[in-house]
Amino acid sequence: MIALPLPKADVLIRRDAVHAGLRVLLPEGCVITDPTRLKPYETDGLSAYRQMPLAVVLPETTEQVAAVLRFCHENGVRVVPRGAGTSLSGGALPLADAVVIGMMRMNQVIEVNYRDRYAVVRAGVTNLGITGAVEAEGFFYAPDPSSQLACMIGGNIGMNSGGAHCLKYGVTANNVLGVRLVTIEGEILELGGTHLDTAGYDWLGIVIGSEGQLGIATEITVRILRAPEGTRAMLAAFEGNEVAGACVAAIIGSGIIPVALEFMDRPAIHACEAFAHAGYPLDAEAMLIIEVEGSVAEQDWLLGQIKEICAGFNPISLKVSQSAEESAAIWKGRKGAFGAIGRISPDYLCMDGVIPTSTLPMVLRRIGEMSVQYGLQVANIFHAGDGNLHPLIMFDANDPASMHKAEAFGAEILCLCVEVGGCLTGEHGVGVENAI
Amino acid sequence: MIAPDDEAGIAAAICAAVANREPLSVEGLGSKSGFLRPVQTARTLSTCNLTGIPLYAPQELVVSARAGTTLATLEATLAEAGQHLIAEPPDYAFLDAPAQTIGGIVATNLSGPRRIAWGAMRDHLLGMRAVTGRGEVIRSGGRVLKNVTGLDLCKLFAGSYGTLGVMTEVTLKVLPKPEATGTVLLWGLHPEEAVRAMSIALGSPYSVSGAAYLPQEAAMVMGYERPSTIVRVEDFADSVTYRLDRLATLLGRFGTVEILDTAASLSLWRAVRDAEPLPIQPDDAVWRVSVRPSCGTSVLRAGQSAGLFGYLDWGGGLVFLNGPPTGEAHAAVVDAARHANGAWWLLRAPESLRRARDAVPHEAAALAAIRQRVVAAFDPAGILNPGRMFAA
Repeated sequence: MIALPLPKADVLIRRDAVHAGLRVLLPEGCVITDPTRLKPYETDGLSAYRQMPLAVVLPETTEQVAAVLRFCHENGVRVVPRGAGTSLSGGALPLADAVVIGMMRMNQVIEVNYRDRYAVVRAGVTNLGITGAVEAEGFFYAPDPSSQLACMIGGNIGMNSGGAHCLKYGVTANNVLGVRLVTIEGEILELGGTHLDTAGYDWLGIVIGSEGQLGIATEITVRILRAPEGTRAMLAAFEGNEVAGACVAAIIGSGIIPVALEFMDRPAIHACEAFAHAGYPLDAEAMLIIEVEGSVAEQDWLLGQIKEICAGFNPISLKVSQSAEESAAIWKGRKGAFGAIGRISPDYLCMDGVIPTSTLPMVLRRIGEMSVQYGLQVANIFHAGDGNLHPLIMFDANDPASMHKAEAFGAEILCLCVEVGGCLTGEHGVGVENAI
Repeated sequence: MIAPDDEAGIAAAICAAVANREPLSVEGLGSKSGFLRPVQTARTLSTCNLTGIPLYAPQELVVSARAGTTLATLEATLAEAGQHLIAEPPDYAFLDAPAQTIGGIVATNLSGPRRIAWGAMRDHLLGMRAVTGRGEVIRSGGRVLKNVTGLDLCKLFAGSYGTLGVMTEVTLKVLPKPEATGTVLLWGLHPEEAVRAMSIALGSPYSVSGAAYLPQEAAMVMGYERPSTIVRVEDFADSVTYRLDRLATLLGRFGTVEILDTAASLSLWRAVRDAEPLPIQPDDAVWRVSVRPSCGTSVLRAGQSAGLFGYLDWGGGLVFLNGPPTGEAHAAVVDAARHANGAWWLLRAPESLRRARDAVPHEAAALAAIRQRVVAAFDPAGILNPGRMFAA
């Protein structure tokens, strides 16, 4: 287990005074101190870690966020910002002496401007909620983390979230134009705006991905894009990780950049198929989900080219989706991967390392060897186009030995990622998980 | 001029400058040394001898180049594998030197027409090595396409004009060059109509990768007789043909539509990228303004009222202006940009104007205080390009 910072005894002693101080600043019902009602906030997507906070506040305006931060700063109380609590790295894990600032009540879409292609939303709007607000006009918000149904844009700012389609559309930092940020002193800063390039230093760029350590984003201006005419996915199944990896390199080398290029290994294929019934090939060692977009004719042409490339790598099967439903099922399996693993294992650790894509076969072989060595199963899901690898290590949190082994296994995978030229985290953030 | 040929030499030069309290002008080949505010130092530190491309993995879409590598050399290397820099960095016609370094391009975060669809230089800077004003060598980011480990210092350094540290190596995401490029051209629109047309094109599902408007004077510089609104598509040849056809239909209500082929499109968009449509006189000032696209016309008109020439890129969201370097003209540009809540840069002007006026917008007081703390953290002695971006 990772040791969390020791709580400050002087703050714990002042618990009642802190609660009373917060109640003065916020409307009725916005300060939670009752242990039963604090319970849901004790953990996030890294659920093996739990810690009850000192209090939870649910501000409704930027000014209230500023007032809370100023109060906490002046009183030496730590704060932990929280969106939907979907962080897989413990980014919203409370501390015993900290006030959790929950942003879910700031869930309004403020403005949508199709002419200039931006939307202004508050931090508690969900990622998918932004697309929901603009899809009737044919627009969408591009970054699409797997948790997009629940995760909030404020948290996406904190973690610079990515998703399956960022190979083409980029991550959060590439799709945000402006942020209203409240600093720990309670200052309200306007960073960026509705224009593309900002003059002076790129404060927006450093705030996005800063994991709430520079301030709390309360209002965000995002770019919205017109959706393509259509998208279609295909599945390509292979006899081994090496050939599948080589096929990815060949596709990109050919000059085609699919809008998504996802890799799953055998354990992931089986778990996801049992969950989504998407028609995944159960006889394959590795599978690629390849998605293209454009008009039907453009899709046909691109998929034709890609099939031709895949054919050079002895595929077990190549299957092009024939309908929107079939494409949806293919993605349901992929996006539900974490849930699918959750069905076959009581707990799992989701790693988030990034590797140079050419090292994939070697990295997967080493992970396979580690799996045997640690005696824990692992399923690998990989954003193959951009090298972001998600090994899901299965373990039992009720067994301390199993948990210890899982964490050691994860740490060894991350060391390997760095060793081959990659990094610790591609889109989930450092949080507490990767901090030590 | 100090021009070390390795990173250790850069670090030694900065350490010596700190010890002697002797500020340095930082540059690559000096092509943009006239941008923003003037820096007066006895010595110049150049990255021009830090050359070479230590990593290029076309199938991983990544390249690393030492900061002094020229843009032309880097682009030639990428072209051999059929790839290019995504943000289409400009080679402005009004630069002070014939060649640019990749370090300078990143340090000024200059992007071309494709920025509107595919992002800016700062969006593709995956990693860097730099020497701070403390003489420390730092590394941020890496060589993979996604990385959220720690604060993204690459973003802070891109566009910082060498005031935080001297970048010695940059790692960039690259993409395949499109097979074909095509342009839809509309004649004779007013600025507001043009921005409306570009907004429709950019709001269409046809992946427009450039949208610019040349008013009468700019069009004439390009050899056209009437104001020109141009919309670009880049992709595989069949896709380009198909999308140009759809865009021509979509934009038909704005008048007669002309289609330009790949060769004509490449040369036209290179000119738009490089600010060639500006009729620049030797002593002219040049401003660059970034606003929301529908506000581009008000900035353009304000500039024209003050006797300036200009044109629009980024669907209206980027305004280039040039003209006499007077305080009145500068005030007109700044007021219009401020009114539109936008950003602006005084890219080129005689030293008297650059010294007397801001070259980028002033931040709010709270942000200025943060900026001073951040700059002091990287460059406590004020050694690197002092006063380049802000007077204080």
